Amino acid sequence: MADNKNLEGMIDSTPIMKDYADIESSKLPEYQIDSKIPEGPLAQKWTNYKAHQKLVNPANKRNLDVIVVGTGLAGASAASTLGELGFNVLNFCIQDSPRRAHSIAAQGGINAAKDYQNDGDSVYRLFYDTIKGGDFRSREANVYRLAEVSNNIIDQCVAQGVPFAREYGGLLANRSFGGAQVSRTFYAKGQTGQQLLLGAYASLNRQIKKGTVKSFNRREMLDVVIIDGRARGIIVRNLVTGEIERYAAHAVVLATGGYGRAFFLSTNAMGCNGSAAVQAFKKGAYLANLAFTQIHPTCIPVHGEDQSKLTLMSESLRNDGRIWVPKKKEDAEAIRAGKKKPTDIPDEDRDFYLERRYPAFGNLCPRDIASRAAKERCDAGFGVGTGNAVYLDFKYAINRLGEDVVRDRYGNLFDMYQMISDDNPYETPMMIFPASHYTMGGIWVDYELQTSIKGLFAIGECNFSDHGANRLGASALMQGLADGYFVIPYTMQNYLSDQIKVPHFTTDAKEFDEAEKAVRARIEKLMNIKGTKSPDQIHKRLGHVMWDLVGMGRTLQSLVKALDEIEEVRKEFYTDLRVVGRADDLNTELEKALRLEDFLVIAKMMAIDALNRNESCGAHFREEYQLADGEAARNDKDYMYVSCWKYTGDNEKPVLLKEPLNYTEIKVQTRNYKS
Amino acid sequence: MEHTINVNLKIWRQRGPKEPGSFQTYRVENVSTGSSFLEMLDMLNQQLVDRNEEPVVFDSDCREGICGMCSLYINGHPHGPVQGITTCQLHMRKFNNEDTITIEPWRSAAFPVIRDLMVNRNAFDQIQQAGGYVSFNCGGAPDANNLPISKEVADVAMDSATCIGCGACVAACKNGSAMLFVSAKVSQFALLPQGQVERARRARAMVRKMDELGFGNCTNTGACAAECPKNIPLSNIARLNREFVKAKFAD
Repeated sequence: MADNKNLEGMIDSTPIMKDYADIESSKLPEYQIDSKIPEGPLAQKWTNYKAHQKLVNPANKRNLDVIVVGTGLAGASAASTLGELGFNVLNFCIQDSPRRAHSIAAQGGINAAKDYQNDGDSVYRLFYDTIKGGDFRSREANVYRLAEVSNNIIDQCVAQGVPFAREYGGLLANRSFGGAQVSRTFYAKGQTGQQLLLGAYASLNRQIKKGTVKSFNRREMLDVVIIDGRARGIIVRNLVTGEIERYAAHAVVLATGGYGRAFFLSTNAMGCNGSAAVQAFKKGAYLANLAFTQIHPTCIPVHGEDQSKLTLMSESLRNDGRIWVPKKKEDAEAIRAGKKKPTDIPDEDRDFYLERRYPAFGNLCPRDIASRAAKERCDAGFGVGTGNAVYLDFKYAINRLGEDVVRDRYGNLFDMYQMISDDNPYETPMMIFPASHYTMGGIWVDYELQTSIKGLFAIGECNFSDHGANRLGASALMQGLADGYFVIPYTMQNYLSDQIKVPHFTTDAKEFDEAEKAVRARIEKLMNIKGTKSPDQIHKRLGHVMWDLVGMGRTLQSLVKALDEIEEVRKEFYTDLRVVGRADDLNTELEKALRLEDFLVIAKMMAIDALNRNESCGAHFREEYQLADGEAARNDKDYMYVSCWKYTGDNEKPVLLKEPLNYTEIKVQTRNYKS
Repeated sequence: MEHTINVNLKIWRQRGPKEPGSFQTYRVENVSTGSSFLEMLDMLNQQLVDRNEEPVVFDSDCREGICGMCSLYINGHPHGPVQGITTCQLHMRKFNNEDTITIEPWRSAAFPVIRDLMVNRNAFDQIQQAGGYVSFNCGGAPDANNLPISKEVADVAMDSATCIGCGACVAACKNGSAMLFVSAKVSQFALLPQGQVERARRARAMVRKMDELGFGNCTNTGACAAECPKNIPLSNIARLNREFVKAKFAD
């Protein structure tokens, strides 16, 4: 959206791209993408789809097997709902119980267009806010459907007994999140993800008891098995015994979450990984929009090299907290040197930079903008703490509402902060800094959430579909549950309807033999490197490369450098990795090594995708492409497409495919959170 | 301010559920007091791996106190000496230089050791599968606001629902009872209107499953609630007892 004046003199990385990827083939007919968006006006598409899709009758459902990998909000809700419908479901997770999936850690809330607050909300407005928040890089029809089913999710969860926060009158309470001017976020203290996941887990348990779902814990998928062009099973490693196991089904659903741990330090759980996405990629599924990684603005800053993960402080804190840094550089320096305390700085010497730059949305501007603004202040020398931190201050809310009200709203978050930082946020402002949190990019899916491999579906964070270049707060839970409860149970039937004559698969097929052989060879290879570096040591090195060069601000130079350095890390991995223990045994080091090998693939694809996108949009900020006021310079003429990458071989260039984004019902505009 | 300390560790090592285990001693130096307890164990494991030894196996995932994956019996307390937190939220500033720290797995007949500090808690899933849900198929739910629930009831239900299923209550109990865990879920649904239809059946089924899986009896000692990282109150157990007795009378 930049005017031409601003685009002048910018560097186009397209010629350099050709060294890393085949970007010309996207014009060839065999690389055209069909996103299967139904006919009709936007608001009618999902209704029309449901009215005309093919169904599977109850007697036939019993004869169809579905594998669901993952038990987070998307995986658990899909597995339980498919089980309720009568399919035979096989459900896998890497943790010791389905209830541990990382959705459990989501704090703030879940959006829905209920308009219970009578503040002007509607399905259209939720749809529009989501598209706009995503900087016009998401698929219109998917996002509209998401907004449409959002209300069903709240109804469903209340019926399950999810204890959402309520008003004294007994009705559901709401709060506000970034990127919206209405209050549409439903919540359960700072533990919304936990309560929604336990709701889905309860439904899942009911199906497990009924026998429609079989649950496999401590199992990690290591490959997807393709027979005659269709996904027909998976190869998994039993994490307790080290055995390699085979499972067959008529269709496979991936609900394996995001790959944010490519940065090593992130808010993701220790086990979160991008391996299923990489396995699907290597079997022919496209990976899309990998440049779009959400760097969440309010996390507890890094304390040292031995740190294993970063902790998020919920976005809901921005409802009442005010973000600032000192106005004067000497104050910032004095604070960093320990000579001044934040409480020593009078209000007039505080720079509430979000309120200053974005008066209309203030502290509640979207995450990408808030993160970048924090980085800008810290890079300019106004950071506090180690220099990479800003303040989130509740003094004003406590003065306005009283400490009790603030405690009631955020008590558990304040306790969590104090536990980690040893500071009392009721008395001194919190210190926060952005961290890798969520990946908008992921496995490409069509409107039916089917990947480019027949019978292989991807739902929740692991697909790319709904958040464009930036996800709004409280929309991840919404998408996970929308996909699992309300989308895949329908669209799956459209696929399975012509599979009813296909008998139950066995795992004796030669394709299973080959896939298992390849998995064993891969493990053998890693065990036999016998170098000197642990997987964590190499992963940390990769993390530094990704954070420094493919992080919040990227440039042509940084991305080219990143690709070189990722290659160096890859070499180190294959020549100097040490995996202690045995392969056919419980081996946590081997688990880490296998995941890291896949992170190396994802990391490279993230850098390539970022290099290809010669524009700034949402979370993808190419420093060459900014307007005079520092805002993102989007280029709709050349980049209003989903960048999809097709694997062609470990040492071959991936092929770029483009899915054009056509907006029929909205006017594409420059994102404006100022007025 | 943060500084560094050295600690001596006595850690339970055990190859498998049927194999004998023993304490091994280790030393970790230069641990930042700003590090978490599990980051200190990561440092230990890095040392072990550097010496080509197998790392100490322990469960951990979210590292922010909500997934319930981490466990550890530290100096005689589940989740360590600080009340109201999980092991992953415990920080090294709570220890002194040259402290000796004893680390054991959950010890309970119902939670067999898998390796070292990692135990099998599948029994908890089985109890939930016995009845920890409202039988409601997806689709067709009425509008969420058609069912007003008073804030007080919703808040108390939330306090029960906050259980993370870590198993600290069982590890803390001298009888290895799972009453606090079971009562938290039974209470959530006994309090909320959505749970009324299956109220009696649920209490019966979950208690029966708990007994069947080898958890001990409750003798109202209260160690479970005292050590619970989420402060699930003991009143839940009283409620479960009432629910169970009522269900019996209904038979």
